Amino acid sequence: MSKKQENKIGLDFKTDWAYAPAPEDTKHINLQKQYDLFIDGKFVKPNSKKYFDTTNPATEQKIAELAEADEKDVDKAVKAARKAFDKWSKISAKERGKYIYRIARLMQERAREFSVIESLDGGKPIRESRDIDVPLAANHFFYNAGWADKLEYAFPNRTPKPLGVAGQIIPWNFPLLMAAWKIAPALAAGNTVVLKPAETTSLTALKLAELIRDSGLPDGVVNIITGAGRTGAAMVNHPDINKIAFTGSTDVGKMIQKAIAGTDKKLTLELGGKAANIIFEDAPLDQAVEGIVNGIFFNQGHVCCAGSRLFVQESVADIVIRKLKDRMETLIVGDPMDKNTDIGAINSKEQLLKIQEYIKIGKNEGADFYQSSCAVPGKGFFCRPTLFLNASQSHRIVQEEIFGPVLTVQTFRTIEEVIEKANNIAYGLSAGIWTDKGSKIFNLSSKMRAGVVWANTYNKFDPASPFGGYKESGFGREGGLHGLMPYLKF
Amino acid sequence: MSTKIILPDFKNTAVIDQVGVEERVARFTTRSIKKSSKLQGLKLTLSMIDLTTLEGKDTEGKVKQMCYKAVHLHDIIPGLPTVAAVCVYPTMVKTAKDALKGSSVKVASVSTAFPSGQSTREIKISDTKYALENGADEIDMVISRGEFLKGNYNFVFDEIAAIKEACGTARLKVIFETGELSTLDNVRKASDIAMYAGADFIKTSTGKISPAATMPVTLVMLEAIRDYYYSTGRMVGMKPAGGISTSKAALHYLVMVRETLGGAWLSNEWFRFGASSLANDVLMQIAKEATGVYQSLDYFSKD
Repeated sequence: MSKKQENKIGLDFKTDWAYAPAPEDTKHINLQKQYDLFIDGKFVKPNSKKYFDTTNPATEQKIAELAEADEKDVDKAVKAARKAFDKWSKISAKERGKYIYRIARLMQERAREFSVIESLDGGKPIRESRDIDVPLAANHFFYNAGWADKLEYAFPNRTPKPLGVAGQIIPWNFPLLMAAWKIAPALAAGNTVVLKPAETTSLTALKLAELIRDSGLPDGVVNIITGAGRTGAAMVNHPDINKIAFTGSTDVGKMIQKAIAGTDKKLTLELGGKAANIIFEDAPLDQAVEGIVNGIFFNQGHVCCAGSRLFVQESVADIVIRKLKDRMETLIVGDPMDKNTDIGAINSKEQLLKIQEYIKIGKNEGADFYQSSCAVPGKGFFCRPTLFLNASQSHRIVQEEIFGPVLTVQTFRTIEEVIEKANNIAYGLSAGIWTDKGSKIFNLSSKMRAGVVWANTYNKFDPASPFGGYKESGFGREGGLHGLMPYLKF
Repeated sequence: MSTKIILPDFKNTAVIDQVGVEERVARFTTRSIKKSSKLQGLKLTLSMIDLTTLEGKDTEGKVKQMCYKAVHLHDIIPGLPTVAAVCVYPTMVKTAKDALKGSSVKVASVSTAFPSGQSTREIKISDTKYALENGADEIDMVISRGEFLKGNYNFVFDEIAAIKEACGTARLKVIFETGELSTLDNVRKASDIAMYAGADFIKTSTGKISPAATMPVTLVMLEAIRDYYYSTGRMVGMKPAGGISTSKAALHYLVMVRETLGGAWLSNEWFRFGASSLANDVLMQIAKEATGVYQSLDYFSKD
């Protein structure tokens, strides 16, 4: 049976024993053909009368139509939030906490529906939406609900008070989770909210609107409006918003910061990243390879803190790359609804074209291109896991955020060299360090210009842990006590 | 196999991060194995079993009955494979060999003062030779865990090499008793020592100590086999033993082999389950796939 002969050493992961397709059932979900704007506790028609389509990136089929909010709709939402703020900021903190706990519990009850819709609309594998996105979103509500009546203990002698109306704009990579990151601390701190999800992935936010309506949260405390850049701009420029919280691209973040300059609006920005994932020769290499895979191929690489720049110490570079290539052969790219799928669909055609453009740039720059040999579906937006070996700091693929399953690989020789190279970038959101030596971890983590440093793991999130960046990765923290502060004045 | 093998420094074998290993293992258990994929996996599992009886109260009668089961797993369902081997004490090898005459089922014998390994080299070698003279096809030896934990790696290496020499053409499985080695780093070190000393198979446990085989321990050993294969070109087999009693668990192990070593290791030449009760659970699942309903354990022979 052994097909392998001694003269050709290599592993063959193609076997005649195949896994069974296991597509998640979609019949149990409840989706409408058309969604309106959630303002003041009700779904209302948009003033613009315009609707746009949201599609399934794995099949390119339309799922539903979403309302496009214009300036008047934004104004209506802000007015509703302002009206609700008077009541919401005055009810007892304990009651506020109860409402948030109720949202968390309802989210757990409807977890299956949320994860299916998240995968349908955004293309992420059901394994991730089921095991990470939805449970973590519920946990953020649970965590922040606990703080609602303990703010005076969280910030002793500082009399924390809510800001007012928060305008929140979130990206398409973790639609429900980002909504939770934004809404939960805002509510716990006593603010009211106008939230705009990304135009390609609004469905779970709209399902969250239904859930919030069902939870009995007072009308207008949370308003969810859909639309693209114009809607977001109207929110940013609205005079009666006290705080803008934005997660998304660095370009848009800069535009927002310019737009609100001279106003007294508060701002937090969580922007792009290009994280260094650093493997030392004394690291547990097989587990480090797993960390590389989780770092860059998690959510198709659509992760602002993705470990997209791999630094491997030269003495183990060949072994690590061999192990990584073998591991990549076992990754399954395909139908996001299949429980076996490791890497789902690229979120949109636009994003796929951007990734393909960067792959072209990388090839032209002379880095060594490598992709796994897995099959990809003929329809929908897919990209094989990709490596660029022998990359250098001067390459654009090393400097710029690709936001896809594309990893650049560089080697290093000394600690000083890797610290310099890891920090030699416009971004500073996250970093990963792999070594068996604790002292090396402490040394490096204090020298990384990055908001989050993971040691011997990657892409781990917890509601109690603050998250945010340095430099062009933004400012302000989300999660933990630090995540409450931007929603409070003292 | 003319490649010149350079011995590594066993004090500096690869380090293992337990948390990372456990996370990787969790991913194997989420692969979907159903219907034809499940049936194929279950038959493969049956063919990989070393049906085992290793008790003080073993008799010729007991061994003969088990050998009959090894060849006739469940004759009501046609097309089932036999198990790979039976695994017995050296004194039972002759009985097993006679009982299995004419079948392709191998006879494996534990040796080297199994299960503790607390004896002299001479006794261990003569124990092995006795099993071989009685017709054993495979030898399952235990390492000296005491010497290993003392850091006496050369002793462990030399002992394995001596038993391998005594084995001649019989395949040698080396049991680490991972439940006594305490860390995954030690499991990796023992794996490297055994393979470089000539092991044809590396095996987790005797079944006498808890914990016996676990998925994290097996993954570390499979990764050691992979690295050894890349360094030397020689394939080494893997045998988790003890504690794997359900079909579901067995299929998870096969997924782990498939994604760590690839298809070449998915046969009983390179992968075995050391188990006594696993076979009936697999048969029960196969019967369920065939008939659509579960039958009670009373319908499956217990030999």
